[in-house]
Amino acid sequence: MKKNLTNKILLIIAVIVVCILGIVGISWIPLPGVTPKPLMQAVTDRIHYGLDLKGGAHLILQVKVEEAVNAETDNTVALIKQELKTANLSYSQAYKPDPAKATLIRVEGVPLEKSNDARLLLESKYSNTYDVVGGDAPGSFTLTMKPLIVTALEKKTVAQAIEAIRDRVDALGISEPQIQEYGLGDNQILVDLPGVENESQIESIIQGTNRLEIHAVVGGPYKDAQDAAASQGGSIPADQELLNSTGVIEGNASEAGVYVLQRASVVAGNDFRSADPSTNQNTGQKMVEFTLTNEAGDKFYDYTSKNVGRYMAVVMNDRIRSVAVIKSAIRDRGEIEGTFTTEEVAALSKLLRTGALPASLVQLEKRFVGASLGADSIRKGITAAIVGILVVMAFMLVYYRGSGINADLALILNLIVLLGFMGASGATLTLPGIAGVILTIGMGVDSNVLIFERIREEVRAGKSPSAAVDQGFAHAWVTIVDTHVTTIVSAAILFIFGSGPVKGFATTLTVGLAANLFTAVFVSRVIFDAHLNKLKPGKLVSI
Amino acid sequence: MEFFRGVNVDWLRLKWYFLAFSMIFSVAGLISMGMHMRSIGSPVPLGVDFKGGTQVQVRFDKTPDTDRIRNAMKAAGIGDASIQTIKSVDETSGNEVLISLPEQQDESSLDAGRQQIVASLQAHYDNPFTVRNVQVVGPTVGKQLEKQALLATLYSMLGMLVYLWFRFQLIYGVAAVVACFHDTLITVGAFALLNKEISLTVIAAILTLVGYSMNDTIVVFDRIRENLRLSRREALPDVVNRSINQTLSRTVLTSGLTFLTVLSLFIFGGQVLNGFSFALVVGILIGTYSSIAIAAPMLVAWQEWRSRQGKAAVLPAAKRPRV
Repeated sequence: MKKNLTNKILLIIAVIVVCILGIVGISWIPLPGVTPKPLMQAVTDRIHYGLDLKGGAHLILQVKVEEAVNAETDNTVALIKQELKTANLSYSQAYKPDPAKATLIRVEGVPLEKSNDARLLLESKYSNTYDVVGGDAPGSFTLTMKPLIVTALEKKTVAQAIEAIRDRVDALGISEPQIQEYGLGDNQILVDLPGVENESQIESIIQGTNRLEIHAVVGGPYKDAQDAAASQGGSIPADQELLNSTGVIEGNASEAGVYVLQRASVVAGNDFRSADPSTNQNTGQKMVEFTLTNEAGDKFYDYTSKNVGRYMAVVMNDRIRSVAVIKSAIRDRGEIEGTFTTEEVAALSKLLRTGALPASLVQLEKRFVGASLGADSIRKGITAAIVGILVVMAFMLVYYRGSGINADLALILNLIVLLGFMGASGATLTLPGIAGVILTIGMGVDSNVLIFERIREEVRAGKSPSAAVDQGFAHAWVTIVDTHVTTIVSAAILFIFGSGPVKGFATTLTVGLAANLFTAVFVSRVIFDAHLNKLKPGKLVSI
Repeated sequence: MEFFRGVNVDWLRLKWYFLAFSMIFSVAGLISMGMHMRSIGSPVPLGVDFKGGTQVQVRFDKTPDTDRIRNAMKAAGIGDASIQTIKSVDETSGNEVLISLPEQQDESSLDAGRQQIVASLQAHYDNPFTVRNVQVVGPTVGKQLEKQALLATLYSMLGMLVYLWFRFQLIYGVAAVVACFHDTLITVGAFALLNKEISLTVIAAILTLVGYSMNDTIVVFDRIRENLRLSRREALPDVVNRSINQTLSRTVLTSGLTFLTVLSLFIFGGQVLNGFSFALVVGILIGTYSSIAIAAPMLVAWQEWRSRQGKAAVLPAAKRPRV
């Protein structure tokens, strides 16, 4: 019995030591040759404050994945045309029939006798990614991108967007950002940027959601959309699009006009490998020098070599920024000249360098907490916690006298374990998290109250001190387990469903209550046993 | 020191008073929710988390004048801004003002509201300020959060029902969940009555309250189960009364202590946690009351109904605890 008790006391001391290390960190241990950090700094360094305490920005962004799907099918349409041509199969048109359905492609007007060849060609090339179906009319085919491929493409787009955002955030030098997919497959991204002081910093990450593309010019400039349509025989084919330009044509600023472009881009956001701002030696115009990835370079070479003398348009955010004549075949180096300001050029280069976004982003939610508000919250939260703890501890001392000391020790240990976990695990402490700590005190002391009340009952029933303590713990234990499980169930559900601050609350409450099982039951019992051992026969426990 | 030695109250005799009390508060809450439903389209005022919209909290260097802020907004063409001075519990205003805009339908212009507010303050009101907090929530996220909050509350109650079913019996679980539902209803009703906004953290508080109220109920139930095992011949109402009386001391102490900690949070925790701690302050009082006044009498009422139906009583055969 005695030895058993010693072992238990040793275990408790070990837990205390581990938890205190968890709070202050290894770096605080004075090692020879290393200056230890001051205590307060060691503690605050280890606690990860959430955005609401540290200040910073929290964003939920929607990735417009349909744009990526659209771009993919646009490319496929262009490829199909090329392949049908190479295979000497004539067709009247290959296009996307419904602007609302990004996954749908139609090929029409293949001569009946060649229909089978066309089907074989389409199936051999595209049946991996598309469902190829012979259309309602003879000689026509419908290609629908397979749902699995669409999902994969959307996933890839979101992943690329996350990468791009991470690059930009890193470029801004924001430490410990959190950038991850949010929600359940809704293609949303969560961005947490702790310690961001300046709101415009956030804007530069998000507003740089520019997409840069190079498209082939079909015709233009026209005065307005009507003129442009008229030039194409009344209406714009589905694989082409109209875009406005505030453009510069070959270095000469021209009136705003409308161009007809091929819808499928030649070069798009992810094809750029690097970009740098520079100035045209002759004209003094700002420009961006870029290099393309190998794959895109091949494609670009293929396009430019076949289209020397024709025009291509540099499109940013669905607006033509520059139209240039193709002087010679270009592989992977080129420059963009246009109506750019110095800032735009710098921004654009940075954007291209850090990886452009594969699709544009829309802000669904934005929260910004100023650091001063966060500091206020910490101060208020800690004040509330200290007042709460003191009130509870004072009450326990008055109400349970000697046993109150026991409860107070358990309470302090409970806090040490909780803080030790927070420090060691790197879990985030939020303002509701501090509230969780405060609530843990109130609910944690419940275990002691349950046990003490039961011991009092047993003492009243005439049991000896040690039997009363024994029975008190045994009976209260069942109840304590039930009450803790139900609270932890609701906290776990909060953790699963909640976000940011609320998650922090669930964390401290769950850990606090789990630690409470150890402190209020195990540690309290050991303290009682140690006390009972010393108690003179015939004396009662102070409760 | 001891507060409740040898209490002997016939709680079940008071059940009609309890019922009346609960009904008054529930119905008052429900009526208030109905009125809110008519005026603002939701049963309780919703925070920007759920409602969507823009909320900018600024602190001015000098004491701000809400009329002048309103004029500044109007001058910039923002007519529908609501302006509210933030006061802490001790009624000192830290020169802080909350400016809110209603929900923007178009998600692409989500950020415009904030920019407009800041720009118009800069242009039309010569009182330097710092932006302390910005919340911009689009309709999509608001809807998602609303759904998540409802689901979380439901799942949490369901989880407890299942746990109590497993640990006790179904009727115990049902009684406890009804009591929890009662607490949630009255707490949310209090928000409606006092026109306080429900935000995400308030939902966290309500879930905590669900767990807390369950705690209290379980302590009483545990004792009922234990007493039923010890004295099988005693009538159920007597056992229930005795169990409530035996645990009364603990119930009042724990609730009192938790209440004190939460009160400290309400007083010192600042404006950000105001709704959260308010929900807990109300919830702890109601949760304690409901385990005595709702959950326990339900067990008896159910038993009486069973015996009127001529079926055997089930409660005395309570299972042994498995721990």
